[in-house]
Amino acid sequence: MSVQESHSEYIDSETGKLGMWIFLFTELFLFGGLFLVYAVFRAKYSESFHSAALELNTFIGTLNTVFLLTSSMTVAMSLTAIQKNQKKLALFLVFVTLLFAALFMMNKYFEWSHKFELKLYPGSEVLKNLPRGELLFFGLYFMMTGLHALHVLIGMVLLSVNLVKIKSGAVSQNHYLHLENSALYWHLVDLIWIFLFPLLYLIT
Amino acid sequence: MKKAETHISSYSSHAIVLIVLLTLTTISVLVTKWHIGAYTVAAALIIASIKVRTVIFHFMHVKFESRFIKLMISGVFVLYALVIIITFIDYYLR
Repeated sequence: MSVQESHSEYIDSETGKLGMWIFLFTELFLFGGLFLVYAVFRAKYSESFHSAALELNTFIGTLNTVFLLTSSMTVAMSLTAIQKNQKKLALFLVFVTLLFAALFMMNKYFEWSHKFELKLYPGSEVLKNLPRGELLFFGLYFMMTGLHALHVLIGMVLLSVNLVKIKSGAVSQNHYLHLENSALYWHLVDLIWIFLFPLLYLIT
Repeated sequence: MKKAETHISSYSSHAIVLIVLLTLTTISVLVTKWHIGAYTVAAALIIASIKVRTVIFHFMHVKFESRFIKLMISGVFVLYALVIIITFIDYYLR
């Protein structure tokens, strides 16, 4: 790395990070809108939301929370590793993050499969015949966890790109904005889950 | 020259943050089992907010960011709180 490059990286990192934060704000409002819909319908159909939420498996939800929180730590650590020029450790930590993300998705797969087996999926006859409040709960459940899972997948793609970039040296001690922004995105995925988890799985 | 200003979080600080977050998760799971009615929602949301603040400050490194970024983030959360409050005022008064 030449001195010039690391200097321009510094300028990039301030504006680049700012841009990332502005993007994250739009993401917050995307989910924020859904949380608002949830809050209003919950106030309106509190009984139905209560009984529908009992259908969800708290254990799987808690396990997924643990996976996401831990992955958030490993991705934050990978940034520390790259800043300290510990390339191998950074690669390992990003890999572990991906592993936890995969575990999260696997859990989600089993959870949704179980719901589908019970014929609880958007548009199914069983769902259509449920009380209106429960129908709304499951609609929001699939919409919110689905959109969140999509973000997990996008985060996994971003982290995989980082694996390649760290390996090739494109992300390095003086040039880590890409990893930093991907980590911010990954933390956002975690933040959204922190609210989704109690709202869908715990408050019953 | 300016590189020296970049704060590098230690591995142990990240580990401590994770322990705090997992403890808070355990508390929020236990609280819902106590059946304290309407307070369950409030307790769960307060714990979630503390967790979110912890993640933003430590994992997202905002504690060491410029005042400008801190202000922007607080501003967005205030804006969202206003959206919620106004929606509920509208919902209850219509």
